[in-house]
Amino acid sequence: MNETALTHCILAAVCLEPEKVCGACPIFIAASQEEQQKTSLLLARILGGIVHDLENGVFIIVKH
Amino acid sequence: MESYLIVILVGLLIGFVDRWVMLRNDYRHYPTYPHGHLTHLTMGFIAAGLGAMVVPAISKPDYVAVTFLALAAQQFRDVRNMERESLGKLDDNKLVERGNDYIEGIAKVFEARNYLCMITAFISSLVTQIWSWPLGIVAGLICILFSLKMMAGRQLGELIEVNSGKLHFNGSLLMVDDVVIMNVGLPATRQKILAEGLGIVIHPKNDDARMTLDNIGQRMAIIYDVVSILGTKIEINETELYPMARKHPDKGYLVFFIVPNEPDMESLIEIVKKVPLLESAQGIGLSSLAGRKAAD
Repeated sequence: MNETALTHCILAAVCLEPEKVCGACPIFIAASQEEQQKTSLLLARILGGIVHDLENGVFIIVKH
Repeated sequence: MESYLIVILVGLLIGFVDRWVMLRNDYRHYPTYPHGHLTHLTMGFIAAGLGAMVVPAISKPDYVAVTFLALAAQQFRDVRNMERESLGKLDDNKLVERGNDYIEGIAKVFEARNYLCMITAFISSLVTQIWSWPLGIVAGLICILFSLKMMAGRQLGELIEVNSGKLHFNGSLLMVDDVVIMNVGLPATRQKILAEGLGIVIHPKNDDARMTLDNIGQRMAIIYDVVSILGTKIEINETELYPMARKHPDKGYLVFFIVPNEPDMESLIEIVKKVPLLESAQGIGLSSLAGRKAAD
């Protein structure tokens, strides 16, 4: 089966502070750290990616 | 005809036994399938037959037959393609892949084994023709021992030293000792890695070994062998726990991280030492004058 996927690019960003991110990828704003972690996990499972922490309150999902 | 019967039989028998013994001494996990065994034994039988026919064909003399034997021997080149294609296709459906270098190594070895089998059959039938069949069998047994030695291959353990490493996080960066493996975002995943993961440090013994460890194919072979024995907890679409090997750019050693099904550090170290040294990955810088000068 041939699978086409976007790899090595940011599929989504989940952040606590909206001003930290901007750009073309889908951005999700979370109200708390728990929500941020849960949303990231769900997105990672749906998109088949991995959650990375930029250590500034922004999580990104990348498929490798 | 009868005078040649014993010559052909000795060659055929010894050649076939040679292939059988080499098959039993095979690379881990290949061929595990009964049909794979049968295919290779049959090819071995044909190779032994070809090797055994050479002496009677020359002594008769029937030079046309010898020419045809050379043509038939060429067919064995296809063995390598067959192995490469079959293993390559299987690789697509594996959670952790063998990689092209490993597959190429296995395919080459399988082709070479048929030639060894042919040579063994030829030598034993030649000795039988010149002297007697008991001597032919003795010569054949010596050839079998020689083939086993030829095919044993080198192991990574000759070039490296393996120690356990400390798995820890620096912020979100997963590290083994002082080498970064990857960025892990979720705290739950970090806890799982710390609780169940294993990390080791692979030190090269010299500059050649360092080059070998630089080879991506060799790293994939290490990962594949470890995963095929200790298992792994990765799943489709959940690749945070993918086993990885990363090198320290300045010091040259490799660190390896895995979350195995069976977290046994001693076995892990033992497996890594027994990973076959891939021909395509061998560093040979020290064999050149410039390489030795540069290594000073």
